[in-house]
Amino acid sequence: MMSVIIETPAKPRTRKQANLEKYGWLFMRISGPLLVVLVFTHLVVNLVVGDGIKAIDFAFVAGKWADPFWQVWDLAMLWLALIHGTNGMRTIVNDYTEKTKVRLALGTTLWAVCGLLILLGTLVIFTFDPCPAGANPDLLASFCPAQ
Amino acid sequence: MANAAAPVIDSFTVTLIIRRFNPEVDSEPKWVDYDVEMYGTDRVLDALHKIKWEQDGSLTFRRSCAHGVCGSDAMRINGRNRLACKTLIKDLDISQPIYVEPIKGLPVEKDLIVDMNPFYQAYKDINPFLIASDKPTKERLQSPEDRARYDDTTKCILCAACTTSCPVFWTDGQYFGPAAIVNAHRFIFDSRDEGAELRIDILNDKEGVWRCRTTFNCTEACPRGIEVTKAIAEVKQAILRGRA
Repeated sequence: MMSVIIETPAKPRTRKQANLEKYGWLFMRISGPLLVVLVFTHLVVNLVVGDGIKAIDFAFVAGKWADPFWQVWDLAMLWLALIHGTNGMRTIVNDYTEKTKVRLALGTTLWAVCGLLILLGTLVIFTFDPCPAGANPDLLASFCPAQ
Repeated sequence: MANAAAPVIDSFTVTLIIRRFNPEVDSEPKWVDYDVEMYGTDRVLDALHKIKWEQDGSLTFRRSCAHGVCGSDAMRINGRNRLACKTLIKDLDISQPIYVEPIKGLPVEKDLIVDMNPFYQAYKDINPFLIASDKPTKERLQSPEDRARYDDTTKCILCAACTTSCPVFWTDGQYFGPAAIVNAHRFIFDSRDEGAELRIDILNDKEGVWRCRTTFNCTEACPRGIEVTKAIAEVKQAILRGRA
């Protein structure tokens, strides 16, 4: 009887570089619904509950950021929204730019801006002090003890 | 007597505006109009035939079976990818001219003929054949349920209507495209096939399934009614799970 040898028809293509597309896609799917909850709760708490839109002033924001709960809430919103938006822009750039140099330049700019905004935003959320010590009392808010 | 009984069949005149390109003469494609006398049972392919046979023999297009099975005559008719042999002229708006162009995203060779090689290459890259390690001494059995799992994607005729309707493919010719993913799906979800991991690895590429933006152009374009976007989503899920 003739023996049959079946060759392996093909080998996987060798991967040239690490591929983050899967994780990028997954991130968009997870951060999207999270952002819907985070942003709409943020809007309702700020604009609807209590005195509504009239309640918003410097003291209102200062009060919220005195609470670690809202610090974390705003931090999550900041990071997720910026990375979600930047990744979305990155996919559009990848889809519609034809020149490698343009794509690299746009991508680098996008992530640099995103990183800077995240850094500044995070800094503000955690170092925000409505009544900084030693400040000019004329510039302080009315509820500060130094006033 | 037979003459008296023959009823008159209504006909109508329709204008076709065809995007033509002859690489030996033209530097740019150009639109050319043709008026043809048609019947309610005629398809766009019949109009093209009439033009080629009676008005301008240089009109160039592909067609083979002319009955929606071979997938040769996919073209952009009134801005939508369709098979010329499955599109009845009376179903289009015949008060307006009918625009016929080659499918987008592949290099035009002449008139309605494009170079299909990039499309076929993506198809070849996903290994469109059964991969099994055992000796084929008898038929490989499969339950009706297992067969039904990938039934939809077996319908593909490789006409390229889906891939060339995809906006991502228009700008990024490296993208595998819906048709290649549909044909990978056909084997990934086949219980007899052992190459799912290989195909999943190939499509988990920068130019693989993650390029899909779920715009559903492919599903709308498919002349076989395959739920293309759904098939792509199922391949995405398979990649996330790491198996079919």
